[in-house]
Amino acid sequence: MLKYTFRRLGALIPVLIGMSILVFLIIRAIPGDPAQTILGDKASEQAVENLREQLGLNNPIYIQYFSYMKGLITGDLGTSIRTSSPISADIWPYLAATIELAFVALIIAVVIGVNAGILSAWFQNSIFDYTAMIIALIGISMPVFWLGLMEQWAFSLELGWLPSIGRESVRDPITPITHIYMIDTLIQGDFDQFVVVIKHLFLPGIALGTIPMAIFARMTRSSMLEVLRSDYIRTARAKGQKMFVIVYKHALKNAFIPILTVIGLQTGLLLGGAILTETIFSWPGIGRYIYEAIQYRDYPVIQAGILVIATIFVLINLIVDLLYAAFDPRIKY
Amino acid sequence: MKKQFIRFGLLLVFMLLIVGCSEDSSTEGEGETQDPGETEKATELQDTLVFGRGADSTSLDPATETDGETFYVTQQIYDTLIDYEDGTTKLQPALATEWEASEDGKTFVLTLRDGVTFQDGTPFNAEAVVANFERWMSAEDFIYYGSMFGGYGEDEANIIERVEATSDLEVTFQLKRPSAPFLKNLAMSPFAIASPEAFDSLAENPVGTGPFKLDDWARNETITLVKNEDYWEDGKPYLNRVIFQVIPDNSARLTALQNGEIDLMDGVNPSDQTIIESDENLKVFSRAPLNVAYMPMNNETAPFDDPLVRQAVNHAIDKEALIEGFFEGNAEPAKNMLPPTIDGYNDEIEPYAYDVEKAKELLAEAGYEAGELEVDLWTMDNPRPYMPAPAKIAESIQKNLADVGIIANIQTLDWSTYLEKAKNGEMPTFLIGWIGDNGDADNFLYTLLGTGSGNNYSFYSNEAVDKILLEAQAATDDAARADLYKQAQVLIHKDAPVVPLVHYESLMAGSSTLENYTPAPTGSEDFTDVTFSE
Repeated sequence: MLKYTFRRLGALIPVLIGMSILVFLIIRAIPGDPAQTILGDKASEQAVENLREQLGLNNPIYIQYFSYMKGLITGDLGTSIRTSSPISADIWPYLAATIELAFVALIIAVVIGVNAGILSAWFQNSIFDYTAMIIALIGISMPVFWLGLMEQWAFSLELGWLPSIGRESVRDPITPITHIYMIDTLIQGDFDQFVVVIKHLFLPGIALGTIPMAIFARMTRSSMLEVLRSDYIRTARAKGQKMFVIVYKHALKNAFIPILTVIGLQTGLLLGGAILTETIFSWPGIGRYIYEAIQYRDYPVIQAGILVIATIFVLINLIVDLLYAAFDPRIKY
Repeated sequence: MKKQFIRFGLLLVFMLLIVGCSEDSSTEGEGETQDPGETEKATELQDTLVFGRGADSTSLDPATETDGETFYVTQQIYDTLIDYEDGTTKLQPALATEWEASEDGKTFVLTLRDGVTFQDGTPFNAEAVVANFERWMSAEDFIYYGSMFGGYGEDEANIIERVEATSDLEVTFQLKRPSAPFLKNLAMSPFAIASPEAFDSLAENPVGTGPFKLDDWARNETITLVKNEDYWEDGKPYLNRVIFQVIPDNSARLTALQNGEIDLMDGVNPSDQTIIESDENLKVFSRAPLNVAYMPMNNETAPFDDPLVRQAVNHAIDKEALIEGFFEGNAEPAKNMLPPTIDGYNDEIEPYAYDVEKAKELLAEAGYEAGELEVDLWTMDNPRPYMPAPAKIAESIQKNLADVGIIANIQTLDWSTYLEKAKNGEMPTFLIGWIGDNGDADNFLYTLLGTGSGNNYSFYSNEAVDKILLEAQAATDDAARADLYKQAQVLIHKDAPVVPLVHYESLMAGSSTLENYTPAPTGSEDFTDVTFSE
């Protein structure tokens, strides 16, 4: 297992290098003079020259790449043009907001989605099965922004149970430590604020989690159906094993590999694709951070944001790969 | 294997815990977290104002910016020399207590308020005012300076010959030529006086003399201001904190307001007006129109270099339908670029009536057959204060144009690129608007249609019009000025360089406990007097 882990880690290096080259080229692919494009036509000569110097555009391209890589290795993601502050310091609060939201969405999606899929397969062709699968179909087809607005209308406006926007009550802000507010409030021992944070996470978490939830449900159902028909399950049933144990213990383990793959992919999408949810719920996450950067043509920020999301995506895939081996000892590379 | 089940079980338990927590707390905790009115009522009046708006400020240095989102905030942090009275564009003292113009209209002497200090402790005096003017004149980065005062530095166009500190609390402006709008210009948000010690980092660390100072800025999220304890107006401001929160979606913002998460919002969808009016916890504030939504046509390039085509387009657009459909009646059709409340508005002008046949005739006269003319019609990607639904309005105009035989292809772009394309004349025709800066006719007519003005997006140029507009700038007699503007509007109307669409009375909505809040026609007001009632 350890050897396998190291081999997977080794295989990661070329992927990360390739990714860094692509992201590096984004800014260089701007036609004409990138510095001029970023600053606009009205910018003075001096300002453009300063920016060229700051971005290192006056050097040959391979030197630019190496100094860029050197920066990355030392944790320097560049400097935002709009705020003139280092991106590595700026980016974390946004990333933390998205991670927190994606985590909640993922939990909702996995717990509900996987269980619904299992039960659907277990009681195939029952009313539950049909209902769950119709809901899943609706879930996949539902536009996130519409779902978000409906949630706000129902749970904030009509019922008044949950706040409709943001991560915290702005009138009573949370003192950030890690910027993952669930953790911060617990560290500070402020349970009231913890509840406030959870309440703020609820609606956007559901909005973001609905599509993956539906995907997991469908995926789990089909995967489980296949496994439930296999010989060893029949043997287990013949031995008089309880159905619950058969389904959740014997069948799920074998059915879980494809589900895990989908969970891994969806997790990556949750992190990068939360922009609509973040917009509707005014969630200050990384999607909006990059979106705003695009509006202001803040290329270093766009670059850094894409790099961070892509890296997380790759890391999640690594984790999924490692989990494969944990779930199924036959998997060895 | 068992371990995994334990883990899975733990996960489930955790999940249930979360659900459990949030459910029982959602009823019990409501009062303290979501409805501040409830608990605070019992103790004391609310002293924090949360203002929900669509986008974040670009920077907090008003001198370099032109967007309303920036001015909303800088208006609280900085003061101008002269201020507008609440809800009007009449002038009242601010950092300058009195002012005097010479007979020839070329010298202005301002007496400054004594005992004012900037938020960083730097004393406010004539030197500081001069330093601000020198800064604005120094480079083209200070966009508004160039557009309001003509140019920079030693440029002949720069109307200010020199600014001098004639005593510690007296500033003398020597102008190159008389300028009637000069004093009104001084009241504009971009010409707020900043601490000379802080010039290098105003965008991030604003320092002014205003009622509030910056506490925290979480980009794209919130800007938190706190009371300036040393504010020069005794006892003011009444609020302790003002928080600007970005909520991009109009509907989500209204939900947040109804839910008590914010106290005031802009960008109310006109269609939501009835909802707000029927809610006893909310009230509507309307902003007196000092704006025009219009459709510039590039007067320099075909096909809009032909006045006949431009007139045809003017006849083709059904403004009443736009107002009915997208402004819920909260607008009036524009026949001039000037809003009717401004001195010099020419009410005698006969508007181009909505007349499909007439438009077709004019097009034929210009030599275009039906369907021969194809243009790109650009529209904004987000609502603006003068236009709540630009995409839909563009579609409606597209249909109007199709009716007279002009094929319009709708294009859109993000706002900053859009503005740049507009400045470069890269869009043949597009939707845009203008919010008056200082309540002066010059600020509409010369700014939007004067040859060489940075905001003349239609690239209209008519020597006769320019001559009248420049003459009006120099006139000292108000009645004579008004007459000149009326003449200019006649000529402009004939040339039809743009299609004036509507003057929009934009809506704000706020908590019914919000008091002494008066939206300024200029678009940004300070919250010095705002209070909450029970």
